[in-house]
Amino acid sequence: MLEVIDLEGQRGDSCLFHGVNFCLEAGELLLLRGRNGAGKTTLLRALCGLTPPASGKICWKGEPIHAQGAEYRRELCYLGHANAIKEDFTPLENFRAQACLSGDAEHPETKDALAALGELGLSGREHLVCRHLSQGQKRRTALSRLARERRALWILDEPFVALDAQAVAWLSGRLGEHLASGGLVVLTSHQSADIPRARKIKTLTLSA
Amino acid sequence: MFSTPHWFKFAAPAAFYPLAGKMIPWFWALAALFGFIGLWLGFVVAPIDFQQGEGYRIIFVHVGASWMSMFIYLVMAFWAAIGLSFHTRLSGMMTEALAPTGALFAFLSLWTGAFWGKPMWGAWWVWDARLTSELLLFFLYIAFIALTRAIDDPRRADKSGAILVLASVVNVPIIYFSVRLWNSLHQGASVSLTRSPSMAAIMLWGMLFCALAMWMYSIAVSLTRVRRIILEREQQTEWVKHLLSPVTATAP
Amino acid sequence: MFSFALHLIARDFRLALRRPMDVASALFFFLIMASLFPLGVSPEPELLRQLAPGILWIGALLSNMLSLPRLFAEDFQDGALEQMALAPYPLFLLAMSKTLAHWLICGIPLAFLSPLLGLQFDLPPDALGILFVSLLLGSLALAGIGAVGAALILGLRNGGILLALLILPLYIPALIFGTSAVDAVTHGLSPLPYLLLLAAFTLGCAVFAPLAAAAALKVSLE
Repeated sequence: MLEVIDLEGQRGDSCLFHGVNFCLEAGELLLLRGRNGAGKTTLLRALCGLTPPASGKICWKGEPIHAQGAEYRRELCYLGHANAIKEDFTPLENFRAQACLSGDAEHPETKDALAALGELGLSGREHLVCRHLSQGQKRRTALSRLARERRALWILDEPFVALDAQAVAWLSGRLGEHLASGGLVVLTSHQSADIPRARKIKTLTLSA
Repeated sequence: MFSTPHWFKFAAPAAFYPLAGKMIPWFWALAALFGFIGLWLGFVVAPIDFQQGEGYRIIFVHVGASWMSMFIYLVMAFWAAIGLSFHTRLSGMMTEALAPTGALFAFLSLWTGAFWGKPMWGAWWVWDARLTSELLLFFLYIAFIALTRAIDDPRRADKSGAILVLASVVNVPIIYFSVRLWNSLHQGASVSLTRSPSMAAIMLWGMLFCALAMWMYSIAVSLTRVRRIILEREQQTEWVKHLLSPVTATAP
Repeated sequence: MFSFALHLIARDFRLALRRPMDVASALFFFLIMASLFPLGVSPEPELLRQLAPGILWIGALLSNMLSLPRLFAEDFQDGALEQMALAPYPLFLLAMSKTLAHWLICGIPLAFLSPLLGLQFDLPPDALGILFVSLLLGSLALAGIGAVGAALILGLRNGGILLALLILPLYIPALIFGTSAVDAVTHGLSPLPYLLLLAAFTLGCAVFAPLAAAAALKVSLE
C-alpha cells in the first residue's frame, strides 16, 4: 500500500538520508529508528507530503502521493512533534477542533468526544483550559484523536514521549487494534514499544 | 540552432557556470563602449538646453536608470515565474542576482532625479507621480532583498522570493495607476522629467546609448553575481570542488 | 468544503474571544496613534479635518499590520497549521478562511472604531460614514495582502519588521482609494468612483491574494 522508492532527504545543503526503500502493507507497522538529526522527522514529513523529498518516489496504493493530493490526505493521520492543541481551548474543544480541522465531515458527538477523552484518563478535566494541564495531559489530549480515528495510514512522530506507563499501554493497545483492522502505522520511537496483536513490525534505521 | 534539450542543459548550474564566464567579458566590453559613446554624445556633442542650461545633462543617466529599474523587475518576475513552474534552480539564482542591480538603478534614478529637481524645481524632492512610483519600486526591491536574505534555506528563499515578486509585479500597474490618480487629485508638481517639448535627435541618441550601456552592465554584473551564487550553493558538489581545488592548493 | 472554511473561521473567532486583549490592543494602538497627531501637528480644526482621512487610514492600516503576524505564527508554532494543511482540502481554502477570519476579528472592529476617532478630527457626518465604509471594504484587501506577507515570514527571525517591508508598499492602492473617497466627501464631491475602485481592488485581492498566500504557506511549511 505505502511504497517508498529510493528516497533522498535533505536539510539545507546537507543530505540526511538516501536510498531509503520500504514497502508497507495493510496491518503492518514500520518503526523508524535513528540518532537525533538522522532525518526521522524529515522522512515522516515527506511521507505526509509536507516536505518534498530531494529525490525518490512515495506511492500510496500504487500512485505517487503528490498526484493524489487531497485523496491521499483523506486517508492520512499525522501526529507531529508539536501537539497542535490550543492552550486557550479545553480538551473537549481541542478534540472537536481537531476533528473539524482534519476535514472529517461530521461534527463529533459530545458523548463520543467525552468517551475518547475518558479513555485517556482526562475525565474531569474536559472543561479545564489546556494552559492549566501538565505536559503529559496535553500530549494525551493530542493523542485523543487516535481513539476514534478511522483513517488507514497513521504517521506518528515520537508518540510515546511524555506519556506515563498507563498512557503508553493505551496507545500500544490502540495501535494494535488499528493494525488488526488492516491499518498501517509509521512511527518513530526511541524506546522499544511492545504492541499487542501486531502481526508484523518492520524496522528501518536511518544512519547519518 | 539550439533545440529545447540544449536550452535546458544550460539551466543546470554546472553547465551555465562556464558559459556565463565566457560571456561576461563581452558584456563588460559592450558596456564600456556604449557608455563611452553615450556619455560623449551627452556631454560633448549635445548642445546646451536653452531653458535648463547644463543641468539637464543628468537625464542621460537618469532616464536609462529609470528604464532599467523597471525592466529588471519585469525580468525578475519572468525568472520567478519560470522557477515556480519548472522548478529550475538557476531561475532563483537569477532573480536573486538581478535584485541588487535593480535596486541600484532605482536608487540612481531617484538620486539623479533629486539632482535634476533641485535646480529645476528648487526642491530636492517633489511628490511627482513618476518619482513616487519609482520610490515605491525601490521599496519593492528592498522588500525582495530583505526577504531572501532573511531565509537561510536557499530553496525556500528562492520560492518565497518568487512568490513575492509575482505578487508585487501584479500590483505594480495598480500602484502606478493609484499614484497617478492621487497625483491628479492633489494638483502637485506635474512637471515630468522626460517630457521635454522638443528633444534634439542627438540627445535621444545619447540617452539610448547610455541606456544600452546600463543594459550591458546589468547583464555583466548579474552574471558575475550568479556565478558567485552558484559557487556558494553548489559547494558540496563534485564539480565545484574540482573547480576550486587548484585554487585552494596554491593558497597559503 | 464550505463547512471546513466555516469551522476554521469559527475556531479563530473563538480563540480571539478567549484573548480579547489581543484584539483590544490593536484598537488601542489605533486610538493612541490617532491621538498623537493633534499633539504633534496642531489642534487647529481646519488642518486636522484635512489630515484626518490620511491619519485614520494609516492608523487603521498599521494596526491591521501589527496584528498580522498572529494570523499564522501561533498555529505554525504549535503544529496546528500543519494539521490544517494536511486536511483534505486545497490550501487556498485555508488561506481564504484565515483572511476572512482576520478581517472579521481585526478589520471590522477597526472600521467600527474609525468614525469615533473621526469625531476627534471634526469630520462632518457624511465623511464619517464614508470613512467607515471605505475601511470596511479596504480592510478586507489589507487582510488579503497581509496574509501573503504573514505566510512568507513564518518562522523567520525578525519577522515583524520584515512583514512591514513586504506588505506596506502593496497596501498603497487601498490607502489612496480609501482616503480619496473620504476626501471627496469633505470637498462636497461624490465618493462613489473611489469606493468603486476600492471595491474592485478588494475583490481582486480577495480572489488572488489567497492563491499567493497558499503558495507561500506551502513553501513555509516545507
